[in-house]
Amino acid sequence: MSRRRNAPCAPHDGTQRPAGPVRRALRLDGTRKEVLETGRTRLLVAGIVFAVAFSAIGVRVLDLAVLNGGDTRDVATRADGPPPVQTRADIVDRNGHVLATTLPVAALYAEPREVDNPAQVAHQLAPILTESTAAELQALLDSAKSFVWLDRNLTPRQQYRVNRLGIPALHFKQSEKRFYPYGELTAHAVGYTNVDGKGIAGIEQSFNQLLKDSNQPLKLSLDVRVQHILMEELRAKMQEFEGIGAAGLVMDVRTGELLALASLPTYNPHEPGRASDDARFNRATLGIYEMGSTFKIFSTAAALETNAVSLFDKFDVSEPIRKAGFTIRDYKSKDGKLTVPQIFMHSSNIGTVKMAMETGTEVQRNTLRDLGLTRPVTLEIPEVGTPMVPNPWREISTVTVSYGHGIAVNAVQLASAVGATVNHGRRHAPTLLKRDPSDVGPGTRVFSAKTSRQMRKLMRLVVEYGTGKNADAYGYRVGGKTGTADKPDHGGYGEAQISSFVGAFPMDDPRYVVFAMIDEPKGQEHTYGYATGGWVAAPVVKHVIERMGPLLGIEPRPVKTPEKENHPLLVNALSEDERVASN
Amino acid sequence: MITVARTDTSTLGAWWWTVDRWTLVALGLIMGFGAVLILAASPAAGERIGLSGFYFATRQMVYLTMATGVTFAISLLSPLWVRRLGAVGFLGSLVLLVLTLLVGPEINGAQRWIALPGLSIQPSEFVKPCFAVTVAWMFAAQRERSGIPGDAIAIALLVVVASLLLMQPDLGQTFVVAAVWGVQFFIAGLPMVWVIALALGGVLLVVGAYFTMPHVAERIDGFLSPQNGNPYQVERALEAFERGGLLGQGPGEGTVKQTLPDAHSDFIFAVAGEELGAIACLIIIALFAFIVLRGFSRMLQEDSLFVLLAATGLLAQFGLQAMINMASSVHLMPTKGMTLPFISYGGSSLMAMSLGMGMVLALTRRRVNRGDGV
Repeated sequence: MSRRRNAPCAPHDGTQRPAGPVRRALRLDGTRKEVLETGRTRLLVAGIVFAVAFSAIGVRVLDLAVLNGGDTRDVATRADGPPPVQTRADIVDRNGHVLATTLPVAALYAEPREVDNPAQVAHQLAPILTESTAAELQALLDSAKSFVWLDRNLTPRQQYRVNRLGIPALHFKQSEKRFYPYGELTAHAVGYTNVDGKGIAGIEQSFNQLLKDSNQPLKLSLDVRVQHILMEELRAKMQEFEGIGAAGLVMDVRTGELLALASLPTYNPHEPGRASDDARFNRATLGIYEMGSTFKIFSTAAALETNAVSLFDKFDVSEPIRKAGFTIRDYKSKDGKLTVPQIFMHSSNIGTVKMAMETGTEVQRNTLRDLGLTRPVTLEIPEVGTPMVPNPWREISTVTVSYGHGIAVNAVQLASAVGATVNHGRRHAPTLLKRDPSDVGPGTRVFSAKTSRQMRKLMRLVVEYGTGKNADAYGYRVGGKTGTADKPDHGGYGEAQISSFVGAFPMDDPRYVVFAMIDEPKGQEHTYGYATGGWVAAPVVKHVIERMGPLLGIEPRPVKTPEKENHPLLVNALSEDERVASN
Repeated sequence: MITVARTDTSTLGAWWWTVDRWTLVALGLIMGFGAVLILAASPAAGERIGLSGFYFATRQMVYLTMATGVTFAISLLSPLWVRRLGAVGFLGSLVLLVLTLLVGPEINGAQRWIALPGLSIQPSEFVKPCFAVTVAWMFAAQRERSGIPGDAIAIALLVVVASLLLMQPDLGQTFVVAAVWGVQFFIAGLPMVWVIALALGGVLLVVGAYFTMPHVAERIDGFLSPQNGNPYQVERALEAFERGGLLGQGPGEGTVKQTLPDAHSDFIFAVAGEELGAIACLIIIALFAFIVLRGFSRMLQEDSLFVLLAATGLLAQFGLQAMINMASSVHLMPTKGMTLPFISYGGSSLMAMSLGMGMVLALTRRRVNRGDGV
């Protein structure tokens, strides 16, 4: 191929060559040249524009291919898929056992208008969705709605099976469900959430916002092991004595932490709607009861604290007290005079009233106030009952309050006050949250250490020789007090009783208060018809202590209970007659 | 090696020694690229609309063969015959444009096609080269003082063609036709005042289109505000260039054609970017630029005003169309339905392009009697 640019007869320069063989009009030649000249110049301009434009495209191609276009495209800043959901925080017990957690579940819905054959689809779904029958599903699928929930809570296996049906009109939505691995065991304390994940009872309600925002588990003071023991023992006695309910708790007297908080009957927190109001009712915190003789702990302590009475003062309990239309008789009719230990040990109403009279209304009221018995207890759940206190606090009130009538408090208040009494007189506010040991303050002083020591001895006496013998867990030095109160009934008191026992152990340096209460127990043949605190609730406390003591590292120590006559607190108290009689 | 003696005065021999062989080679290379790319891109496109895998490729091969023939045949013509062919072709395509509006089927809201048994043709493709030649004739006639009011006729013709195209509506073709017309008028010596006025008029027209045609507004908005996300096709096309890198994934190895509906036509340049790479793309750009600029440079020595204006118009149309297509693919401008000459699939486009380039080859042939007769 020739590399010459020009054909032989085509000269190089058009402007210099003669204007061709034909010269039609010479006069036009000037104009024509001008026009051509302009045209060539402008052609050059057009050529430059084209060259620049083509270069720009070339640069852009290189830019895209080599420099990735300077990221003009949308660049994903995060992975595809829904944003990570902040799930509701877990609730755990003091050892980290999960009490409440949130799991992702699949929610199944359908768009009924897309469903070709509702009857067939319902028939296929029914065996998978255990919650609904085929007829119910068909009714949903037949409806004119554009959207129906078929099941809000599918297990992965159910989801797989539904998927395998291959029905295009069925859709899943990622959802969340609150699960309570221990179910009804901790239902009353932990509470529950509604279908939208909002806490509407217990800790779930009180800490709703915190649980929503936090991703740290919320640590409760509860110990599921102790909780389980308490529930089991309470349930056993409640059934044995045909009670309508029961409540109980275990509290660390040195910190105020509640290791167990029980209310029976309980409910399944996954289906709170199916539970009765009675089951959802928290007898341990919302229920307030006249506690009966357990209040004698506070009356006696107040009397000793103020030195209104000394330990070996004797009181005549032979005559019933008649005051303002009430006649106060003793539970166990005792003749003659009794010392304070004897009054306490035998739970003498008359003796206690006489001590309270010595102590006075003012002291009694202040003592109960300091023990936190006159105001609603500060606890981290909304279900807290307001105590009923005498108003006005007359002299007759002082009389009845001294043995636990005419004042109604909840179980936590009572246990907390007992805790203060045995814990060297220092009260710690009860709590359902785990307390950091460094956060535990010195507590509020209610009684002197001396009073506390005396009370511990008296309470131990009750278990050694008195009404609380059934609470004596061997080796754990249990002390406590029984309480058997008549339930108010149509303005008066009826047959129904609240039988309780509040105990603490080990009495030489108490760690835990254990409280048990059975609502309306019925006397049984093997208890000789009795359904008192000593028969019904004291064994619960005994069994709970026997089972929880080893778990919590409290060593049982063999103790020798001296013969009643030789007990230092009783030796001086026994009258000549009694001593002779017992011989 | 073709051996044709320089003394060979037969038609073929004369053609061989006078035709611009460099442009011929460049055109051949472009067609070669086109064949490779259409083989790669068309199976995906064909299968998407339920045709056999190589439906588009087979047809395009036939068109390419025909296009080669047409280009060659027309390049044999003398400038006078080019003018005659242009004028007759222009009248013919005007009739077809009117027919399109009367009997053309409406596809995607536009009437652009005339359906014939076995194929359909797009008259707006054919009107472009013919119009360029006719308008060149008119501008030249005005300046030859032949007594013909060429400028006025050219303006009138533009109004007629633009109106017919806008009625389809086909804004892209209208733009190309008007721009080519403007280039020709500019080179024909339009006073600078008028150049500026026309440029402003063009801007006003675009603004007018923006406010009166919703689909135009949509595209321009999409281009100007990329934060709202680029159109799907553009996004895929840009991805293709990035995936391709410098050397490409290899012919047929690309994936963008699977997701780009117009991979075989408007976005074939993206397929080139992905499969052949940036270097091949630069070669393609260079080939187009070479043809345009080589043609222009030959025109610098041209004495016939008609030849100068006609060839410039045809080359401008060829170059502009290539630029619009490629610039759309790399997101330098809003997308316009514009084929890449000799590469994109499309019978009408290919035939019209070979008509136009055949005329360019004819006009750029070395002539003994240049400046004569026309």
